[in-house]
Amino acid sequence: MKARHRRFGIVLVGMAALGVAAYLVLTALEGNLSYFFSPTEVANGEAPGEHVFRLGGLVEAGSVQRETGELRVNFIVTDMAQRVKVAYDGILPDLFAEGQGVIAQGRMGPDNVFVAEEVLAKHDETYMPPEVAEALEAAGKMGERHPGGKSL
Amino acid sequence: MASRLVNWFKFSSPATFFPLARKIGVVSTVIAVALIAVGLYMSFFVAPTDYKQGEGYRIIFVHVPASWMSMFIYVVMAGWAALGLIFNTRLSMMMAQALAPTGAMFAFLSLWTGSFWGKPMWGAWWVWDARITSELILLFLYLGYMALRSAIDDPRRADRASAILLLVGVVNVPIIYYSVQWWNTLHQGSTIRLNEESTMDDTMLIAMLIMTLGFWAYSIAVAMSRLRTLILERERSANWVRELASRGG
Repeated sequence: MKARHRRFGIVLVGMAALGVAAYLVLTALEGNLSYFFSPTEVANGEAPGEHVFRLGGLVEAGSVQRETGELRVNFIVTDMAQRVKVAYDGILPDLFAEGQGVIAQGRMGPDNVFVAEEVLAKHDETYMPPEVAEALEAAGKMGERHPGGKSL
Repeated sequence: MASRLVNWFKFSSPATFFPLARKIGVVSTVIAVALIAVGLYMSFFVAPTDYKQGEGYRIIFVHVPASWMSMFIYVVMAGWAALGLIFNTRLSMMMAQALAPTGAMFAFLSLWTGSFWGKPMWGAWWVWDARITSELILLFLYLGYMALRSAIDDPRRADRASAILLLVGVVNVPIIYYSVQWWNTLHQGSTIRLNEESTMDDTMLIAMLIMTLGFWAYSIAVAMSRLRTLILERERSANWVRELASRGG
């Protein structure tokens, strides 16, 4: 056994140990590394009820209601399984739209309405020219080229 | 060993690699300039407007290749560090050292362009989600590597200490890459996937790949030029460097 074989062994064992350590740390941290809670997690009581947390999901189609003359807007965030009502008083990002992914930061109100302090738009990983988007829309195939929804 | 076509160990000597580094550097500079020029032209004038983000999405032509390079360069540096530790070769360690500033530059570029995109699209300059935070850690690893190297005077000791830092930090790279799959993040998932169809228009994809290859060539070019300086600096007492200097080359 030459010295370089021994060093190769040390590097290999070191890297393996490091990999196991990283795996254990990540497993232990699991949920804490998530940026937001889904409506299903909120419904199951996994979200911290009294504290500020982030809620993520899709804006339900047809659920956006604006109050005239005010910034206040109400909408429903869904993950296709559960729905959470959200109230927000502020400026929405450009990408905010019905059917679009959003992440709202705020806390649960007593009437089960999530009062948001900040709303961020989550972009999906689909990039295409508008003509293609229109063609897909017309053919009713938008959902298939649109994996952003299910990744939320 | 004798049966091999190329004796790779020959090139592990700084003296033999020095002239080769110049040739590789010149060739990759030419490739880099050509590819980045074509890539930028395609990015700004040929690629179509995105259906939802408008023109703002064009930042991905720099953002995504820069992020890929920042991760890839780190893995390459760690590979050189491992080789250097195992075979005790100086040149491997110099390779890693020559790549570090470029890797750090790409990590910074990735965060910077991402921030500029994030403000109009997401509504925030910065969020502490898993993808962005782990990329920031990558930038700190690059900076830490360079700081550690320059803190130790003896180059051989600096080689070993910083090589271990590089190898330890390599766990961060798969975390960056898979963060968008493992956890809920604000950052979107991968558009280009190895095992599935990409969810991106073909022209956009081609422009992005050309930019990526251009960044590769650029990284090789600057790393080779830096490597030549490092070789001269560290081998300054070697005979061939003295001869080179006395010839005025």
